[in-house]
Amino acid sequence: MNRVVVTGLGAVTPLGHSAAAYWDGLQRGVSGLGPITLSATPEELTQKVVAEIKGFDPLAHFDERELPTLDRVSQIAIVAAREAIAQSGIAFDRSLSVRTACIIGSGVGGMTTLDDTYRRVYRDNKKRVYPLSIPRLMVNAPASQISMHCGLRGPAFVVASACASATHAIGVAFHMVRSGAVECAVTGGSEACITFGTMRGWEAMRVMAPEVCRPFSIGREGMLIGEGAAVLVLEPLERAKARGADILAEIVGFGMSADAGDLTAPDVDGMSRAMQWALEDAGLSPQDVQYVNAHGTGTAANDETETRALHKVFGHHARSLAVSSTKSMVGHALGAAGALEMVATVMAVRDGVAPPTIAYLGPDPACDLDYVPNVARKMDIEVALSNSFAFGGLNAVLVAKKYS
Amino acid sequence: MTGASSSMSDVANDVIAIIAKKVRVPNHPKIELSDRLEDLGLESLDAVEMIFDLEEKFDIQIPYNANTTRTEFDTVGDVVGAIQKLVDKKKS
Repeated sequence: MNRVVVTGLGAVTPLGHSAAAYWDGLQRGVSGLGPITLSATPEELTQKVVAEIKGFDPLAHFDERELPTLDRVSQIAIVAAREAIAQSGIAFDRSLSVRTACIIGSGVGGMTTLDDTYRRVYRDNKKRVYPLSIPRLMVNAPASQISMHCGLRGPAFVVASACASATHAIGVAFHMVRSGAVECAVTGGSEACITFGTMRGWEAMRVMAPEVCRPFSIGREGMLIGEGAAVLVLEPLERAKARGADILAEIVGFGMSADAGDLTAPDVDGMSRAMQWALEDAGLSPQDVQYVNAHGTGTAANDETETRALHKVFGHHARSLAVSSTKSMVGHALGAAGALEMVATVMAVRDGVAPPTIAYLGPDPACDLDYVPNVARKMDIEVALSNSFAFGGLNAVLVAKKYS
Repeated sequence: MTGASSSMSDVANDVIAIIAKKVRVPNHPKIELSDRLEDLGLESLDAVEMIFDLEEKFDIQIPYNANTTRTEFDTVGDVVGAIQKLVDKKKS
């Protein structure tokens, strides 16, 4: 079995268009929230606040002739993948590219294209839609487009498990590199679904906060929708060492579970089994962990249930953990959230900094752990967890370890 | 219709009919205004679906956030009262 390390990161987020800008914003506790601009007729929406990627100019990254084939979800995925590959320093020649996986998480794929297409046919009564609508909107588009733009010829597919998609994707890629099934993996997640139809759907769920996402805090009012893409390059430790690569962190464990219970209500048993499995997969004890990047959506139900699951898994050690939700800064990027959060987790162990939970007002009796309120914390982090828990009761947890 | 005596308002009758569709307690007797939604077996998604049905039925917008307003809708009577207010407001 290979030890698996991360040698490249890329990100396009509400806090900036690179992994460095994103990590800098997280450490400074910057809010990426703002008014909705991506949806058509936002004035008709009840919801006014989301976390959008600001100032992303596709023409800065793509030829005008390429853009008709690329939904926003694929554009940001490719930009993040290019950044991660460039940082890794790997040149994917033919023999390596056929042994490299490209596994990307996305909840819904090209929703902007779908929304535009439906508006055209149902509202505007147009007889025709744009000819490449289907390959633009297909949920596998981000993985297909990364494979094409970056020349990756091995196993490539999209994993869809709602808010756990990217964590499942990275976990599968990690296991494939660990087992030796592939030589390298380019993996992460992408989501860009701030459209009128999607926002109407979220409004109907009645789970969004009006303006501020304050996970684990007293007075929290719900989640906020975000968007983004993040990509990691994974390879065996020996390979990275042999080529003198800058090793950012090691991935040591991955755990999964299904609640087989309620459609949307979170479940202590499902959450805790995923965390326990991830620790077992890593060969680590709960006491070995210092930091948890929580799922932490900011809903009443998730944060209370996740806290109870952390108590169940970590026992007395739960009180020694630093637990934070970076969704307080970048919103919930749904199928990409797990990738944004794994980038934050990798950087947390590398730099020894726990990013904060911002907008935290004070303790809720049901959420009684250390949530790194409002200000990032310099601390030794040897091992960190990244939690993702999806609608449909699908849970996934990754474990990162400091490389030294 | 499950429940609803003739002395109740039309709004109450309609609200109770909508709630009755969501009741998960087997062989539950007629629904009273004093019944607690929780005792009728309504879970969080049932409440969200119920709100949607009520909005569609009365063509109103019900401000409801599952994270903060759970306790405002404790009983069937609470729901009837809130809907009646919104319907009256719409008429005026």
